[in-house]
Formats: sequence, structure tokens, C-alpha cells
Amino acid sequence: MATAESRATKMTPEPHLGTYAGGIWSWLTTVDHKRIAIMYFVTGFVFLLVAGAEAELIRVQLARPELRILEPDLYNQLFTMHGTTMVFFAGMPLIIAFFNFVIPLQIGARDVAFPRLNAFSYWTLLFGGLFLYASFFFGGAPDGGWFAYTPLTNRQYSPGSGLDFYILALLLSGIGSIAGGVNFLVTIVNMRAPGMTFMRLPLFTWMSMIVSILILLAFPPFTIGLVFMMFDRTFGTHFFDAAAGADPVLWQHLFWVFGHPEVYILILPAFGVVSEVIPAFSKKSLFGYPVMVFSGILIAFLGFGVWVHHMFSVGLGPIVNAVFGGATMLIAIPTGIKMFNWIATMWGGQLRFTTAMLYAVGLVATFTIGGLSGVMHASPPADLQQTDTYFVVAHFHYVLIGGTVFGLFSGLYYWFPKVTGKLLHEGLGKTHFWLTFTALNVTFFPMHFSGLLGQPRRTFTYAEGLGLDVFNLISTIGAVLFAASFLPLIANLWRTWRRGEDAGPNPWDAPTLEWTTASPPPHYNFAVVPRVDRRNPLWHPHIEAGLGWAGEVEPGGVAPRLQPETPPEPIVMPDPSYWPLVMASGLLIATIGALGSLPVVLSGAAVAFVGLFGWAFEPPERGRH
Amino acid sequence: MGPTATGIPNRKMAMWTFIGSECMLFGTLIATFLIYRGRNIVGPYPDELLNIPFITVTTFVLLMSSLMMVLALSAVHRGDARGTRLYLALTAAFGLIFLGGQYYEFRHFVHEGLPLGRNLFSSTFFVLTGTHGAHVAGGVIWLGTLFLRAARGRLDERHAETVEIAGLYWHFVDVVWIVLFTLIYLLG
Repeated sequence: MATAESRATKMTPEPHLGTYAGGIWSWLTTVDHKRIAIMYFVTGFVFLLVAGAEAELIRVQLARPELRILEPDLYNQLFTMHGTTMVFFAGMPLIIAFFNFVIPLQIGARDVAFPRLNAFSYWTLLFGGLFLYASFFFGGAPDGGWFAYTPLTNRQYSPGSGLDFYILALLLSGIGSIAGGVNFLVTIVNMRAPGMTFMRLPLFTWMSMIVSILILLAFPPFTIGLVFMMFDRTFGTHFFDAAAGADPVLWQHLFWVFGHPEVYILILPAFGVVSEVIPAFSKKSLFGYPVMVFSGILIAFLGFGVWVHHMFSVGLGPIVNAVFGGATMLIAIPTGIKMFNWIATMWGGQLRFTTAMLYAVGLVATFTIGGLSGVMHASPPADLQQTDTYFVVAHFHYVLIGGTVFGLFSGLYYWFPKVTGKLLHEGLGKTHFWLTFTALNVTFFPMHFSGLLGQPRRTFTYAEGLGLDVFNLISTIGAVLFAASFLPLIANLWRTWRRGEDAGPNPWDAPTLEWTTASPPPHYNFAVVPRVDRRNPLWHPHIEAGLGWAGEVEPGGVAPRLQPETPPEPIVMPDPSYWPLVMASGLLIATIGALGSLPVVLSGAAVAFVGLFGWAFEPPERGRH
Repeated sequence: MGPTATGIPNRKMAMWTFIGSECMLFGTLIATFLIYRGRNIVGPYPDELLNIPFITVTTFVLLMSSLMMVLALSAVHRGDARGTRLYLALTAAFGLIFLGGQYYEFRHFVHEGLPLGRNLFSSTFFVLTGTHGAHVAGGVIWLGTLFLRAARGRLDERHAETVEIAGLYWHFVDVVWIVLFTLIYLLG
């Protein structure tokens, strides 16, 4: 860091705390990608804590055999809400938070392509999550698992309103997800700064682009599945009614055609974060950049052709199972390529084990464990033994915590100084890492054994003397440790908020464009649109030698590090708008009405229409900044 | 907004990506319809109800609306205000005629003993064609808005891109109908 400071030029931009100034109204109407990122992050983090608390209750119930702390009925609600919340209202928003903050800065843009659509996406996500949790107060939460398999979820077997909340909440937030997919794809393709060719895009942005495409293609089948389920439950159609000749497996196909790509929606951004963090803290360019890009594309492509591995026990036949099993194993190849490239990036580098780096390296280690158990149940005969046992729970928690959560925490420590201008405390950060790392392994490693011994998932207790007692007790101890691991993080955020060390524009001496502007960046991100001539613009030989950019800039171009403090020309930025909030509120009212009141649906639709037309006829940019 | 990195306007690219997503939406509905074809346990069955000549007429009207859409875009490009108003109105009107035909068909089916919850055919048919109809209805509202703007003289050649994007959506919805018409009626 000292070297970075010594090289800082007089033109180093000042922090712009005004980026986040303003009262509640300024947040309700904001269309700034940096503020929306913070709203997504806070929302996702709160839902992460809530879903984590649900997991803690599950672990308490399973600490000893034959406990009756939670009744089976409540237990079913808790594991359903835990999974649904973690995937849709913690994982997705936290990922979208990083998309929002990082993508425009990494490509040299001043905002996303559609700032108001961005705000709209956020509000539908928030309203969807709140609506889902309202179910606890109106007859009980959904209890059919996050996958909501039919026929269990048909009206006949799930007469309560919990499943209706599930369907409507996911339809509402799904609208925002698809809108977000459109927005980020167009942003990355169309808003790149001059010279930022596709093969110069930072890996995080590359993975985000792939994930945007996955969102666009994977969410519609799920949306339609939810519509079918809603029609079956509410209007008496027969999509999932075997007595009427329907195929009871159709729902499983529709769910997993979405559900498996969703796994890659959750993991590829984490891979992207790691591909930024490891080079920055190894002081080496990413090893095999093109291969890292293409392996990401390959993972996403194969990810659409493996959904049946969630359904091996359905009995679709040996040919189908063998083909999908083989395709699943193929995914290990591009994933393994990524692992080796990260290790090769570190090889011979000047390694700095900051908290962000620890989490990135932690991902390489723990994701590999989860990946290996994944290859194990890619084999249908093995899967028939493991399916619906705790072995699978162990597998996907290694992947989702050891992968997604580690990647997000790595990104949090890495980009927090850019977001706030303050450095998180490294000592607390490292405590946080080692606690999380220990808790993950203590909680989930024993589940491999309890699973292979046959302990079934989603069952509220187990009998004594089956050899499961000790593994479950260890898992519960690990879960308590997991809860404790959040204390240093929260303490760190609080401490930094009060008196954090100033970060400066580039505390890590990292190479990509987001580090050329102030921390936090001004409202308009870049006073002058940068011109990019290489993959790692800040690791330019002239800058490394302390010579500045003299003679290296194309005519008319502005070198990234020379961002002036004030824009030389007026910059037109989009104005705040309350119409996205009005439209999302209308959709929320309609969603509430869909529980059983046509007039409420119609009034909600009317509000949404007013919002849509207000939005369409509002000039997007009037003011100058 | 300045020029984009690809030269393609943001809104136009957004519409194309949205159409890509919509392909998966209709693809799922169509796949379900095909999987459930011929699996009804109780009648009425499709061949007792489907009125191909009638739907052929409304299909023709919908296709002509796409022609009107092309003429509307051409008129905007030429700066022909009268043509813009006329062809936008005709596009929307033909869409409305199609929707009227669908309304009549739905009522007729219910009258013949095929309410929504009757069997697999009713479930898949009403939800699939209903989703398409909702898309047509949304398009008619959009075109109606454009017509009102044109009528107030606020839609000229500077807004050609707006009309073009509405046209992309409208043509997509028409293409979907050609697929549905073939699969539901001609091959049914």
C-alpha cells in the first residue's frame, strides 16, 4: 500500500462522500447504481441473517436424537424458508449488489444502461421478500421445500396459503430478476468505454455477463411452472394432476431446468470475484485469461444440460440417467481448469494474504471439496444411495458457502474501500475468515458421514442409536460457531463506519478501472470517460516505473489514473425518479390481491399502469451535474 | 446518451434480449402443450372444438397487422405524419380484432363444455393462448399510446427508434402466433 501511495499523483481524485448524501426520499427515488448496490447489499445481508437464524433453529432441533423443540410442521416451514430465502432473497440480491456496484466502474461507464429499471428490479426483490415473510403471520409459511415438488404442493395436500405466498413472492421478484438480466447484459455489451474490448473485460464483468444470460434463459421456465402451479391451486387446472392424465414429473423438469442454471447464477459471480482478487494480491496478471473466459462460458452452457441429475431417483431410465450423469461430470473439466489457473496465477507471485485473498484462496480449497462430492453423485448408482441424505446437504453447502459465500465475502473486503472510502480492519477480517472457515468445516464435514449412514434430509428428528448422534452434535456445534462468526464481521462494519482508515483510490494497487476513480466514486463515476489500451490498465509499465502516462495515451484519450477532480465538461446524469417505486408498489398490491381479492388485483394493476406511464413519459435526464 | 459500444441503441438491444427470454417463456408453454397432447381422460377433445377456418381468418388479420406495423415504421422514417397515425391505428385495430376473435373462441369453448378446469387440453390451451393473448393486449396498449402521441404530433422521424422497438415486439408476438397456430390448430 505504501508503494501505491508514493506513486499517487497530485491529480488523485478526492473522495466524494456526497455520493451517499441525502435523506430517505433520496434513497427511495435513487437511480444511481452505487446506491442501489448498497440497498441490494443491505437487503440481502438482512435476509442472510434471517435465513441463517432459521438454519440455527434447524440445527438446534437436530442436536440430539428425538428432540421436540420444533414441531414437525414448523420444522418443515423453517427448512423451506431457509432454502428459499438463501437462494432468492440472500444469494441473488448479494450477487446483484456486486453487479450493480462493480460492473459500471469496471467497464468505464457512468451508470447502467437503464437506471430506472435497475431501481424497479430492486423494489420488486424487496417487496417479494417481505411478501414471502408475511406468510408467517397469515396461516403459516410455505412448507413444501424450496423446490415445492408436486403433488405434495397441490391444493389437496397443501391446503394452506403458505404455498400461495411462495408462488406469488417468486413471481414478483422474478419479474425484477429478468429485468435485471436485460439491464446488465445490455450494460456490459453496450456501455463499455472506448478500447474496452470483450477480451479486455475484467473477469468479474465477464462472469456477470454470462450470469445475466443465464438469468434471462433460466427464469422463464420457472415462471411458467409457478404460473401452472398457481392455476392448479387457484383455478382448478390440471397441469400437475396425475388423476387427469398429467405427468407428475413435469414440475420437477420445469423446476430443475431453472434450478440447475440457478446454481451457476450463484457461483459464477463468486468465481469472477476470485479472478479479480487473486491477481491483485499476487501482483500478477490472471493466468490464462482467455481460458478462464471460455471455461466460464462452457460451465454455463453445460449447466443447461444437466438438470436431470437432480432427478436420478425418479426413474427416467438408464440411458437418460447415464447421459445426464456424464454431462454433469464434464462440468468438472472447465471448473478444474479455473482451479488450476488460480493456482498458477499465485505461482511465483508476490502474495499478500489480506482477508479478501484468504477468502479467495479459501474458495479454491473448499469449493474443490464440494465439487468432488458433486462428481460423486453425478454417477447415478452412487446418487441413488446419496440422494435425499445429508451427504447432498454437505455437498451443496460446501459449494454454496465455500463457493458463493466465500466469493462474496472476498468481494466485500476487496471492494468495501471503493464503496465507502474506508478500509475494513484486517485483524477483525482475518478472525472472521478463520471462524467462518472452521465453522463451515465443523458444521458440514460430519454431514458426509451422517448422510452416508443414511440420515434423510428434511426430517425433523432421528432415532437414537443409529450412529448419527455424534455427527449431528458436531454439526450443531459448528452451526453455533457459524453464528458467532458473524460477530467480527458486524463489529468490523460498525467500527469502520465509526472510524475507518481512509482507503484512497487504490488501496490494493489493483489493476482494473474501478481503482482509477475516487473512493467512494463521484456520482458520475468518471470525470472523463477513460480510454483503455490493455487488460490491466493500472499495471502499465510506465506507471510501475513512476513515470505517469506521458506519451502513452491515444490522441484525445485520457489515461485512467489521471481522472481530474472536477469534470472538464458538464456531465448529464439521469434524474432520480419515484415511478419505479410506484410501479413496483402496484405490482405488490396486485400480488397481495392475488391471494383472493379481484378488486385489489385490479387496483394494484391500475397503480402499476400509472407507474409505467409516469415512467415512460418522464424525461430521463434533465439536470446537469 | 452518447453512442454505444456496439452502435446498437440500448433500448433496441434490450428488446432483443427480452425477446430471447420470451422464447424460453413460450417454449416452456409450448413444450407443456405438446407433452400433454392426446392425454386427456375426459372430453371434450380438441378435434371436436377447434374451428380452423375461423382461426385462419383471425390469424390472417394478425399477420396483416404486422404488415401495417412495417408501413407505420416506414411512414415514421419518411416523416409522413398522416401515414404514421393511420398505420399505427390499423396495427392496433387488427390486434384488437384478433383479441375479439380469441374472446369469441374462448366463450364458445366454455359454452361447449370446456371451462378452464375441464381437462388437460383446457388447462394447456387456455393458459398458452391466454398468455399469447395477454402479450397481444399489451402490444395493443403500447401501439395505442404511440398512436395518441402521433395524433398529438409528438411522434416524428426522431422517434423512429421507439416505433421500431414496438415493432420488434409486435412482430415477435405474431411469429409466436404462427407457431401456435401450426401446432395447436393445423397439427392438432
